Amino acid sequence: MKLAKTLATALTTVAIFGFAAAGPCWAEWKPKKTVEFIIPAGTGGGADQMARMIQGVIQKHQLMDQPMVVINKSGGAGAEGFMDVKGSAGNEHKIIITLSNLFTTPLATGVPFSWEDLTPVSMLALDNFVLWVNSSSPYQSAKDYVDAVKAGADSQFKMAGTGSKQEDQIVTVAIEQVAGKKLTYVPFKGGGDVAKQLVGGHIDSTVNNPIEAVSFWQAGNLRPLCVFAASRIEAQGTAKWQDIPTCKEAGVGIEYQMLRGIFMSPGVSQEVVDYYVGLFQMVRETQEWKDFMAKGAFTQTFLSGDEYKKWVADAAVVHKDLMTKAGFIAAN
Amino acid sequence: MFMEREQNLVPESLPGDGEKTTPVSDAGLTVTMKTMELVVAGLLMLVAAIVMYDSVRVGAGWAFDGPQAGYFPFFIGLILFAASAVTFGINLFSRTADLSNFVTKPALLLVAKVLAPTVIYLIVMYYVGIYIASALYICFFMMWLGKYSIRKAAPVAIAIPLVLFWLFEIAFLIPLPKGPLEAALGF
Amino acid sequence: MDAFLSLIHGFGVLADPMNIVYMCVGVVLGVLIGVLPGLGGANGVAILLPLTFSMSPTAAIIMLSSIYWGALFGGAITSVLFNIPGEPWSVATTFDGHPMAQQGKADEALTAAFTSSFIGALLAVIVITFLAPVVAGFALRFGPAEFFAVQLLTFCSFVGMGRESPFKVLAAMTLGFALAAVGLDSVTGQLRMTFGTVELMRGFDFLIAVIGLFGIGEILLTMEEGLSFRGKSTTITLRSVMNTWIRLPRFWVTYLRSAAVGCWLGITPGGATPASFMSYGLARRFSKDPGNFGKGEIEGVVAPETAAHAAGTSALLPMLTLGIPGSPTAAVMLGGLLIWGLQPGPMLFIEQKDFVWGLIASMYLSNVIGFLIVLTTVPLWASILRIPFSIIAPVIIVLCCIGAYTVHNAFLDVVIMLFFGVIGYVFKKLHYPLAPLVLALVLGDMAESSFRQSMLISQGDMSIFWSNWLVGSICSLALAMLFWPLIALMLDKLRGGGRFSPGGA
Repeated sequence: MKLAKTLATALTTVAIFGFAAAGPCWAEWKPKKTVEFIIPAGTGGGADQMARMIQGVIQKHQLMDQPMVVINKSGGAGAEGFMDVKGSAGNEHKIIITLSNLFTTPLATGVPFSWEDLTPVSMLALDNFVLWVNSSSPYQSAKDYVDAVKAGADSQFKMAGTGSKQEDQIVTVAIEQVAGKKLTYVPFKGGGDVAKQLVGGHIDSTVNNPIEAVSFWQAGNLRPLCVFAASRIEAQGTAKWQDIPTCKEAGVGIEYQMLRGIFMSPGVSQEVVDYYVGLFQMVRETQEWKDFMAKGAFTQTFLSGDEYKKWVADAAVVHKDLMTKAGFIAAN
Repeated sequence: MFMEREQNLVPESLPGDGEKTTPVSDAGLTVTMKTMELVVAGLLMLVAAIVMYDSVRVGAGWAFDGPQAGYFPFFIGLILFAASAVTFGINLFSRTADLSNFVTKPALLLVAKVLAPTVIYLIVMYYVGIYIASALYICFFMMWLGKYSIRKAAPVAIAIPLVLFWLFEIAFLIPLPKGPLEAALGF
Repeated sequence: MDAFLSLIHGFGVLADPMNIVYMCVGVVLGVLIGVLPGLGGANGVAILLPLTFSMSPTAAIIMLSSIYWGALFGGAITSVLFNIPGEPWSVATTFDGHPMAQQGKADEALTAAFTSSFIGALLAVIVITFLAPVVAGFALRFGPAEFFAVQLLTFCSFVGMGRESPFKVLAAMTLGFALAAVGLDSVTGQLRMTFGTVELMRGFDFLIAVIGLFGIGEILLTMEEGLSFRGKSTTITLRSVMNTWIRLPRFWVTYLRSAAVGCWLGITPGGATPASFMSYGLARRFSKDPGNFGKGEIEGVVAPETAAHAAGTSALLPMLTLGIPGSPTAAVMLGGLLIWGLQPGPMLFIEQKDFVWGLIASMYLSNVIGFLIVLTTVPLWASILRIPFSIIAPVIIVLCCIGAYTVHNAFLDVVIMLFFGVIGYVFKKLHYPLAPLVLALVLGDMAESSFRQSMLISQGDMSIFWSNWLVGSICSLALAMLFWPLIALMLDKLRGGGRFSPGGA
C-alpha cells in the first residue's frame, strides 16, 4: 500500500513535472473525463466483483484524477458490452473487463465480434477452476471420479455450472472427452447457486471457481478433487489451496484457466494504452488487490503489450478448438 | 383486472356484454371499440405467429433430456394465437360487438398532447442528451399545457435537470445519455 | 438463548455512534433510490459499494443494508402516488395502493404500506435471529424441481379469472411469457426471437415493461380526463396515521401469512417480487370479499408490502450462511463481503461473530429508523399530489425515462418503455388485464429455466415434481390454488350440508 502510494505520488510528480518542463506536447496522456468501465456480465458475478473492487481501489488511493464509473452491459451473454466497446472506436475513456465470454459468446451466438476488434490492455489474473464433489460422496480423487463416470452410463453423472456454452460447460466437455462418457450438464445463473446445488445433493459435481465454493469446503460440505491449472494454486489464505493436486497430477490431463483481463476501444494510441497499463500496475500493488487475489485463489500473472496479445491469441485458438469439438458453434 | 377505474369519463363498456352498448354521438367518434378490438387481436395474432416461427427455428420439440429452446415459446405462441383468434372472431362475427367509441375526439386530442411531445422528447434526447432534452420538454409541457409564463416555467425546467445531473452524474456516478453541450463542458 | 446473547453482543457492536450515522444516511439514500423508478436497490448498493472501501466491514454492511431497507420502504411511494412501481417488488402494491390514492386516501395507503413493510421486516429479522441455522439447511433442500414448484405456486395463487374475458386474460398472460422468452436462452445458450439484433439480446426487462405499462399508461389515461391527477389529498395529520393504525390489527392473519410467504421465498431464495405477488394472490383468495381487491382495498396494500419486505430481509440469510444471494441486491452485497475481505458461507457465523451479529442487530435498528423516517415524510409525499399536473407530469415522464435507461444503460429501453406505455393505455381501455402480463414476464424466465433444469436432472421424467414430500406438497398446493374456486364451492356445499365450521384457510 505504501509502495503504491509512493509510486502514485512519483508518477503524479513526474507527470506534473513533465508538463511544466516540456509543455503540453510532451505531456503523458491522462483521462480528461469520466472513464467508463464496462462489465459484460450482470451485477454480483465474478467479473462485476473484480471491476467494482478495482473501482474502489482506484478511488481510495486516488490513482486517477477523473472518476471511474462501472456499467453493466450483460445482454446476450455479454455480447452487448463487447459490441458497445467495439462500436466506440477511438474512445479513450472506455475500458472493459473480460471473462471467457470474450471467446465463447461470439462462437456460441454468432454475434460478430472477436478479441481482435478490441485493443488489449493487460491481463489482471487467471481465474482457476476446481473439480468439486459433495464430501459425502465416495470419490477421494479426480481419478476415482472419472473412473466412476467411465464405469457409469451415459448422462448418469450430473455436472452443474454457470451459464450455457461458457467456461464451465467447456471444462465439462473436456472431462467428457477424457472419460469417454456423456455428463448431464445443468446450467444455473450464478456460481453461488451452483455450489449450493452440490451441497444440497441435487447434482454430482461442479467446476466452481475457488471463491464460489471455498466456504463450503472449509465447513466440510464439499471436497475439492483437482484444479484445472498447470501448477498448484499458490494463494496464501486460510484455505489450504496448495493441497489440491492439479488435474494432470491426478491423472486427468485437462488444463483450463479463465482470463480476467482488460481491453479497450479500438483505434486508440499506444500512449493511452500505456496509461491504463500503468494504472493497473498500480492497482496490483495495493494490499487490497493482493488480499483479493489470495481470497479468490487466483493465479497472478500480469501481461501487457505483445505478450498479452499472444496469450489472448493462443487462448482464442484453444477456445475455438474446444467449442468446435463440443459442437457449440452457432449454426449461422 | 385489478385496476378497474371507477369513473371513466369515457362510456364504460365491457366486451362480451353486448347489451350494454352505449349510444355514440357522432361528434366525438374516432374509432369504435370493435375496430380497436380487431386491430389489437390481429396484432397479437401476428406477434404469436412470429413467436411460433422463431421457436420452430430454434427447435420446438422435446429432446430426450427435456424440452428444446423453442418448446415453451412455441406453445405460448400457439395459445396466444388461439386466444386472440377467439377475441378476433367474437368481435368480427358477433352481432353484439361493441360499437361504442374507443376514445372521444377531445380525449384523444389530450392524450396526443402528451404522447406527441414525449415522442419528440425521445428523439431530441437521442441527439442532445437527456438533460437538455428534459429542460426543453418540461418547459414546453408547462407552457403549452399548463399555460405558465416562461418566467415560471424556465426556473423549474432548468432546476430539475440540474438536480438530476448532480444526483446521477456526480453523486451516484451513473452516466445518462449526454450530448455535445455536456461534452464541451468536459463530461 | 444463545442467539439472544449474541444479539445483545451485536447491539454492543452498534454502540459506535458513527454506525448510527451510517444507518441514517443509508436509509435516506435508500428511500431516494426506491423512489426513483428503475434505479433499484441493487444498482444503488453497487454504486455505493466502492465508497465503502475505506470503512470497516461492519460499518460498510450496515450502511449498504440500510440503503436496501430504505429502498424496500421507498418502492411503495411512487406505486401508491403515481401507479409507477419504484421497485419490482412494489408492482403488486400499485393494484390497491393507487386506487386508494385516487380516492383521496394516499396517506392511508402510504401509512399502511410503511407499517406493513416494517412488520414484515421485523418478523423476518426475528426468524433470522433465532432460526438461522435451521432455515439455512432448509434452503439447501431447494433444487430446480422445488424452485419450479414454488414458481408454479406463485402463479397459481395469483391467477384467477376476473371479470375480463378469459381469452383476454390468456392472451395477456401468454404475451408476458412470450416477451420473457426473448433474448438468450439460459439453458441452451441459443438466441430466441432476437432476429439478429444485438439490442434485443438483453430481452424485455420486467421493470421497463412495468414502468411503461403502469406509469406511462396511467398518465395517458389520466390525460383523457383533463389535466389533473384524481384524488387530491386532504390535509394530512397525525390523526390519519392513527386512524390507519387502528384498522391494521384486523389483518393479523394476512400479516402472518404474508410474512411467512416472504420469509420462505426470501430464504429459498425465490425473491421479493414473486413473494409480493403470491401474497397478494393469497390475500385475495382467502378474503371474504375478493371483489374489493383492485379497487382500493387496504388489505391489498398490506399483503404485498409485508411479504416483499420480509423476503427482502430474509434474503440476506442465505447470503450470509450459504453465500447465495437471495435477491439481486444481496448479490451485490455478497460481492461487497469479498471486497471487504470476508468470505460469505457457513464459516461466516463462526469466524466473524462481530460482523454477523452487528449486521443482524442493525437490521432491527435500521428498520425502526427507516420506519420513523418514511412515516414522518408521509405528508410530504402525499402533498406531491397537490403540485399541478402540468408540472409534475413531465417530471414523472423524465424520471421514467431515466429509470428505463438505467436498467441496462440502453437508449432503446427508453423507447421500449414508451411503447409499453401505449400498450398499457390501449390494453386498459380494451379490458386486457395487465397484472397477468407482468407476472408472466417476471416469472416466465425463472420458471422455464427451473423446469428445464429439472428435466435435465431427471432425464425428461416428469415424476421429479412429485419425487419427494417437499416438492410434491408444493406442487399439490399449487394445483389446489389453481382449482380453488372449485374447491371453495365444494367446501361451501359441505358446510351447507353438514353445518361445519367455516372452511377456507
